[in-house]
Amino acid sequence: MRTIRIGSGAGYSGDRIEPAVELAERGEIQYLVFECLGERTVALAQQARMKNPEAGYDPLLEERMRAVLPVCAARGIRIVTNMGAANPVAAARKTAEIAKSLGLSALKIAAIVGDDVLDACKARDLPIMEFDGTIKQLGNRLLSANAYLGAEPMAEALGGGADVVITGRASDPALFLAPMIHAFGWAMDDWNLLGQGTVAGHLLECAGQITGGYFADPPYKNIPDLARLGFPIGEVGEDGSLVITKVAGSGGAVTEQTCKEQLLYEVHDPTRYLQPDVTADFSQVRIEQIGKDRVRISGGRGSRRTGTLKVSVGYLDSFIGEGQISYAGPGALARGRLALDIVRERLKLTGVAASELRFELIGVDSLHGAQVSAHANEPYEVRVRVAGRTENLREAVRIGNEVETLYTNGPAAGGGAFKSARDVVAVASVLLPRELAAPRVQFVGGELR
Amino acid sequence: MKLREIAHSRTGDKGNTSNISVIAYDAKHYQLLLEQVTSARVKAHFAGVVEGEVVRYELPNISALNFVMACALGGGVTRSLALDAHGKSLSSALLDLEIEAVPDNK
Repeated sequence: MRTIRIGSGAGYSGDRIEPAVELAERGEIQYLVFECLGERTVALAQQARMKNPEAGYDPLLEERMRAVLPVCAARGIRIVTNMGAANPVAAARKTAEIAKSLGLSALKIAAIVGDDVLDACKARDLPIMEFDGTIKQLGNRLLSANAYLGAEPMAEALGGGADVVITGRASDPALFLAPMIHAFGWAMDDWNLLGQGTVAGHLLECAGQITGGYFADPPYKNIPDLARLGFPIGEVGEDGSLVITKVAGSGGAVTEQTCKEQLLYEVHDPTRYLQPDVTADFSQVRIEQIGKDRVRISGGRGSRRTGTLKVSVGYLDSFIGEGQISYAGPGALARGRLALDIVRERLKLTGVAASELRFELIGVDSLHGAQVSAHANEPYEVRVRVAGRTENLREAVRIGNEVETLYTNGPAAGGGAFKSARDVVAVASVLLPRELAAPRVQFVGGELR
Repeated sequence: MKLREIAHSRTGDKGNTSNISVIAYDAKHYQLLLEQVTSARVKAHFAGVVEGEVVRYELPNISALNFVMACALGGGVTRSLALDAHGKSLSSALLDLEIEAVPDNK
């Protein structure tokens, strides 16, 4: 039976780089996938592209490509990534330029375009899923609309001989499903295979999160050598069989426990994990340790895909102002609470217009709120945090100022004040009839030879 | 005993919805999870954090429960005022849940 080995070289845009190099050098992989595009990143990248037509792709693209292209080219490892963000064509051009500078001008580089569906969305008054409202009601606050594309165009690019495939918004598991479809010729209506392939992609897409990252909880859950965490490899057979493993000798661990946690990560109804290519069913998945750092995953299934694509809509939501200051030693908690009371009153007295405010003590109740944290012991030090949502930057700045002025006007011995004010690009979702997105493959490598 | 003694957990986020898995270390404790870690208890445990409905999904093959908590992330990861906008730390709070040990089962 034919088998491919797919490495997962990044779980988010800022992820460590050397584990990907390790995968390429010692992982005996044929494909290296970089998942680097968060929910909001496309919207931010779209803003960057508006300012500069050659910008809007992942800021670490160059560093990552320079690190892995030589070894990938030498070993024939093909790269699939969503580092194209809001500008896959520019990212592909940049990658071709890097390849050329490394003496690798023969590499074929493909961009996937067509995830930008802003015009199609604007033409329809699509309802927003997260709150009452429609696309049109966002008016000029609407920044971007990008559809989660499926695996087909990426598989087509691989079929066309691409060594590097760069997409913008695509479903994360689809980045992994594409090499499987390409290598094995899976039919796009073989729902069970696509479902099991989606399980593989889902498990791999967060890289270190399945090899022991986001997991250690001593003394209950111990993971060796997290500073040298190895990134995962999926061994996929043409029948959908799957083993998750990692490079021998790297840090971390692949266990039934790490795989179970990742299987349910960001999953809602496990019987209906909606993907552009398939409605995947994780509910019957079996997980079995078959060796050290080797876990067999079986039982992923699927049913027909839906008629719509999920679209991430980026919009200007509001502004957030924030301030922090610390207190320590005997009575720190009481001084922290006094500080919060003062800022609360100051914001009222000075008429700061905020639609939402948070007053909390880092180290006491900032993460889970006052009720969940009620039984906590008194800490040695606390950090006051006040954050508020405003309509404009000027109001947001005033919130941080009212914390900072505690230096000379607040409780004794407050130190280390910090303040910030920023605009918030938020993301909401709509469902777009799938025929309204028209993804296509654009090769760029040849132009630069 | 605390839930942490018999189960591990991970939090994920999508928009304003948080999901928390609760996975028995040993399959023999799955029944305890089913009986005692109910949607209602999870909702009550996260008073002041989770404003929406809590739905529980059961995955007997891997001795796991998946809790999907609506309106749990201060308006959503991309706009929340919270320090932990993703709610990644919520799993640790849930592991603090008190579980009544059944002697035969432990």
